[in-house]
Amino acid sequence: MQTIDLEAQGLRALNATLQAQKDASNQTAWEIVNARGSHAIAVGLDAPIEVTVNGSTGYYCAGMNKQATVHVKGSAGPGLAENMMSGTVIVEGDASQYAGATGRGGLLVIKGNASSRCGISMKGIDIVVHGNIGHMSAFMAQSGNLVVCGDAGDALGDSLYEARLFVRGSVKSLGADCEEKEMRPEHLEILTDLLERSGSDAKPEEFRRYGSARQLYNFDVDNAAAY
Amino acid sequence: MKDEQQRFVSQTVPIQSATFSNPINAEIRRAADTGIYDIRGGGAKRRVPHFDDLLFLGASISRYPLEGYREKCDTRVTLGTRFAKKPIELDIPVTIAGMSFGALSGPAKEALGRGASAAGTSTTTGDGGMTEEERGHSKTLVYQCLPSRYGMNPDDLRRADAIEVVVGQGAKPGGGGMLLGQKISDRVAEMRNLPKGIDQRSACRHPDWTGPDDLEIKILELREITGWEKPIYVKIGGTRPYFDTTLAIKAGADVVVLDGMQGGTAATQDVFIEHVGLPTLACIRPAVQALQDQGLHREVQLIVSGGIRTGADVAKALALGADAVAVGTAALVALGDNDPKWEDEYRKLGTTHGAYDDWHEGQDPAGITTQSPDLMARFDPLEGGRRLKNYLKVLTLEAQTIARACGHNHLHNLEPEDLCALTMEAAAMARVPLAGTDWYPGKAGF
Repeated sequence: MQTIDLEAQGLRALNATLQAQKDASNQTAWEIVNARGSHAIAVGLDAPIEVTVNGSTGYYCAGMNKQATVHVKGSAGPGLAENMMSGTVIVEGDASQYAGATGRGGLLVIKGNASSRCGISMKGIDIVVHGNIGHMSAFMAQSGNLVVCGDAGDALGDSLYEARLFVRGSVKSLGADCEEKEMRPEHLEILTDLLERSGSDAKPEEFRRYGSARQLYNFDVDNAAAY
Repeated sequence: MKDEQQRFVSQTVPIQSATFSNPINAEIRRAADTGIYDIRGGGAKRRVPHFDDLLFLGASISRYPLEGYREKCDTRVTLGTRFAKKPIELDIPVTIAGMSFGALSGPAKEALGRGASAAGTSTTTGDGGMTEEERGHSKTLVYQCLPSRYGMNPDDLRRADAIEVVVGQGAKPGGGGMLLGQKISDRVAEMRNLPKGIDQRSACRHPDWTGPDDLEIKILELREITGWEKPIYVKIGGTRPYFDTTLAIKAGADVVVLDGMQGGTAATQDVFIEHVGLPTLACIRPAVQALQDQGLHREVQLIVSGGIRTGADVAKALALGADAVAVGTAALVALGDNDPKWEDEYRKLGTTHGAYDDWHEGQDPAGITTQSPDLMARFDPLEGGRRLKNYLKVLTLEAQTIARACGHNHLHNLEPEDLCALTMEAAAMARVPLAGTDWYPGKAGF
C-alpha cells in the first residue's frame, strides 16, 4: 500500500496522483494520512483502486468518483460522494449535509448518521445509511435506492421522482408527493442485496418502502396548494 | 327639433385606461379562463433603460479617430487568466450564452457550435448536459454546472474548455426552471435520468452548496477534478451586482458572467420575467466597481449578457467595463427563430413573428426550440451555423467601427468617457453624463 501524507504533499499532488492511476495499475491500494478535515479529498478518481482515508474529511470527499473504492475511517463533511458515477464509498462515522447528492451510480455506505438532504436529487446511486438521516432527504430524488436503517427526518422524499426509499425506523414526515408503497418481492430483493453489500445486519422485512405518488409529475393548477 | 339637437351633442371619445390597458385586460381574462399563470420563454419585454439610451461621442479635436479600413482595431479576448492553467483565447468578445439541449434541438445546438467556432468564439452548454453535436462542433465549449446537474459527469467536465457555475440568470434570478413534458423526448429523458413525458424541474439552488463560503469549496472541487486547467466562470442574475460580483470573486471565480433581466430563458412565469431583476444597463457599473475595488478588473473577466443585439450594444457594454458579452436570444433569431417566413404557422399558434415566445411548448415552426422530429427537420444546422457566423462577424465589425471612431485600437480600450446618456435614468445607471452636460445623478459634487 502506498501512503500519501496530505499535510506534507498537499491536495493537488494527492488528487493528481490518484487521478493518474489507470485501470491496469498494479498499485491498487492507497492510504491517506493527515487528512485533517481537508476538502475535496480523492475527487474525480477513475480507476479500480482502493483508497483509505485515515481520519475525517471536509467537503466533497470522493466527489464524482468512478470505479474507485474510497473508505473514510472517520466522518465526512458536506457533499460526500457528490455526483458519484460508480464505485463504492464507505464512511465509518457520520456524514454531513448532501451526502450522495446527484449521484448517478455506485454504492455509498454511511455507517453512522447522515445529516439533512442526504440523497438530494440522486440520479441512480444506491445509498445505505446505518443510522438516521436528516430532514429533506431524497429531495427531488430521481432514481436509485436510499436505505435508512434508523429514522428519517422531516419531509422525506419531497418532490420525489422514481427513486426508491426504504426506512426501517420512523419517518417524521413525508414531503410533497411522497407516499408509503407496497413492499413487493422485487423490492425485498433489492433491499436484501444492498443491506448485505453495506454490511448491515438489519432484516429486510423490518423496512417500509416509500416512493412517488406521481401526482405532481405534470403541472396541474389544481395541485397548486402542494407546491 | 329635439332629435336634431341630440345629433349635434359632442360625445366623449372612448378612452382606454393606461392602467387597465387591453393587454392587461386580456391577461386578466386569460387568467380567469385558465386559472394558471402565463409561462413563456424569452426575457423581459417591457421597456427598460437599455443600451439604446446611450450614445458614443466619437472623436473630435481632443481625440483623433482610427482609419476604418486601414488601422487595426483588435478584438481578441482572453478569459480565465486568474487561476486556470489553460485560459480561453477568443478572436471576438462576443460569446454564445448557455442554452440547454432539451429547450433547443440537437441540430440547433450543432449550429450554435458551428457558427461560434467559425467566428472564433465559444458556445455554452445548458441545463441538460453536453451533447455530442455541441462538443463536436464547438472549438471552445463552456460546460455549465447547474442546480439540476442534469447530464453532469466528470468526463464532460474534462472535455470542456471552461466550467460555468450557474447561480442565477437574468430572466429569473432566484428561480429554477421547468421543461414541460411535451418536450421530453426519449433522448432528453435519458440525458436527464427521468421518465419520458413528465415535467422536469430545475432547482433554484444547488444541491450541494449554500452561500459564498461553500461556493469557494465547490470551485476548489471542480478545479481538483479538472487539474486546475479550466477557467471557472460564475454566472449571476442581475440583482445585487456589486455584492454578488464581490462574492463570486471571493469564491475564486476566474470569470463573472452577469445576466440582466432582458436575458432570455426557455420557460418561466411571465410575472417573474417582467418583475424580478435589474436591467442589464443597471448591472454593469456596480459589477465593474466591485472588480475595481478588489483590484481585479481585467484579471477577473466580466461577461455581460441580457439584450445584446447589435455591435453598438457590444461596444457600449465593453465601454462600461465588460471584457466580453454573451448573446442568446439574438443568436436564436440569427438561426431563424421568429422569422417572418413562418408567419402563417405563427398565426395558427395564436401569435406572430417577433412575438412568438412559447418555446416551452415544443411547437416552434422554425424547428429550433423543439424536440419534434418533423419540426427539427426544417432546420439545417449548416445553414444555421453560417447565419450565426455572419451575425457574429457583423456584431464585431460594428463594434470595431465605433471603437475606431472613438480613437481606440482595441475594443477593450473603449471607456465610459466615450459615452453619454440620453435619459436621466440611463445616466444614473451607466454613470455617464447626460448628453450635453457633465453631470449624472449621484455624481459627487452635484
